[in-house]
Amino acid sequence: MIKDGVISFFLKAYLVVLFIFVFAPIIASVIFSFNSDRFPTIPLGSFSLEWYKLIINDPDIAKAAITSIIVAISSSILATFIGFCTAYSDYRYDFRFKGPYLALALLPPTVPLIIMALAMLAWLSKFGLSGSVLSIVLAHTVLCTPFAMAIIRLRLSQMDTSLEAAAWNLGASEWSAMREIVVPFARPAIISSLCLTAAVSFDEFAVAWFVSGLNKTIPVVILEIVQGNIDPRVNAIGTFVFLTSMTLVIIAQVIFMKNQNKGAVSG
Amino acid sequence: MTQANKKRRVDLYALTWRLPIIVWQFLFFVGPLVFLIAMSFFVVKNYRMVETFELASWERILSRDYFWSSYLYTFGMATFATVLATMLAFPASFALAFKVSANTRRWAMFFLIVPFFTSYLVKTFSWYVILAKTGVVNSLFGYLGLGPYTLLNTWIGTMVGFMTLVLPLLVLLQTLSLSQVDKNLIEAAHNLGSGRFRTIFNVIVPSAKIGLIVGALFCFILSFGDFVSPYYLGGSTPQTLSILIIDTTKSGNQWPRAAVVAICMMVTLFVIAFTSIVFAYRKPKS
Repeated sequence: MIKDGVISFFLKAYLVVLFIFVFAPIIASVIFSFNSDRFPTIPLGSFSLEWYKLIINDPDIAKAAITSIIVAISSSILATFIGFCTAYSDYRYDFRFKGPYLALALLPPTVPLIIMALAMLAWLSKFGLSGSVLSIVLAHTVLCTPFAMAIIRLRLSQMDTSLEAAAWNLGASEWSAMREIVVPFARPAIISSLCLTAAVSFDEFAVAWFVSGLNKTIPVVILEIVQGNIDPRVNAIGTFVFLTSMTLVIIAQVIFMKNQNKGAVSG
Repeated sequence: MTQANKKRRVDLYALTWRLPIIVWQFLFFVGPLVFLIAMSFFVVKNYRMVETFELASWERILSRDYFWSSYLYTFGMATFATVLATMLAFPASFALAFKVSANTRRWAMFFLIVPFFTSYLVKTFSWYVILAKTGVVNSLFGYLGLGPYTLLNTWIGTMVGFMTLVLPLLVLLQTLSLSQVDKNLIEAAHNLGSGRFRTIFNVIVPSAKIGLIVGALFCFILSFGDFVSPYYLGGSTPQTLSILIIDTTKSGNQWPRAAVVAICMMVTLFVIAFTSIVFAYRKPKS
């Protein structure tokens, strides 16, 4: 009979190996971005900021960064708004076809991106919208809304239903109860949702690649560079993107966690 | 205070919150997908798409051997990735659910969410460099007097990419479902003299069945539809369905044919999803 401790040890060691595998490409990309070699190997070349200089002076990348930021901000606001409406409807009401209603809201992540990309391209072209920044915003909003909805729904489930009812009894209209009670209570989730959906949009490349035309976002630029050859600029851009996304994710996490324990009393 | 308090009355206030998602999804989610189906019956004449109802694209795609070999390859790779990922993830999820402290588990969960928000493209490119003939992996093998091995442009490369894509999500889902398993049940099995592996397969796995199957389903969906790994790490030979869609759309400009391929993928995924959900929720025979 093998001791439990030994099994435990091997399982934990395995866990560490798995985490190394998952994080290896991310860490490697950050390291490679400071490495002078075009074809990084072991031993590494010398420390260099060459790739960063190259991308900072590239007007195409600056333009793509601006497009990415515009798209991320617009679609995160739209997705969070629609996500809030849906989460609130689910929280507050029972109605016929609620099952299909929720399915409609939550299904987009189960459709492969490449299929969404083709469908979006064809549909938006039909209305002469493809190739515009707007088309990326519309598509990203669809992809981001389920996440927004899930985060806000999670927060609303912590809200005591009698809180709103109490406000009505005290003479508040439904609208002012929404403004004074529900929105403030959901605020941390709304901010988290804005950050997370912006991060999702900032990293999405398949749909953006199909519908963007000449208005490329950062991931689309990466995709096109990668198609060419081994170009370490990708690592430098990737490190930028990684830092941006991580900042957003950490802000979201901290805000959400901090307010997680504040229940209905303080809401 | 829950169900009874929810109102069934429909008024302006209720509609304001209920309608946005319906309108938006019909315009930009259901609309595009329905149009995709319609488009599969269109034809391309003189580089322009004509809206009509013809079966030309269907006949063309379904009669080609390259489509079917590509279909089988994609299906096989996705199935293999699902089995492999499930086996690779399970010990890790098991450790996270039962062998570490609650605090470690929380941190691990956070770190499993992180990769989801990092660029998959950059990670793939990173693997491309790491796995190259002169890359990090082969130079490590070199120190051991082995290799160099060709890892890129083979199914191994594709699998490495798939694992990077699915493992974090899979471990997350598995850990969540394993943590739900009643600890008393495991204790009881032990007390009744059930061995370690028997407990895992007869008690823990059946109790966590739904989560495990949903995790595997996501694995399948993600690797079935992914084009980045097969393209950059697998060298796009043989072609997967997603690469076929890209080629047909981008260089061939044959959107209706691409739509046919996309619909075949959707139908496959729908059947797989339906079967596995039914399987997941089926009452165990007693």
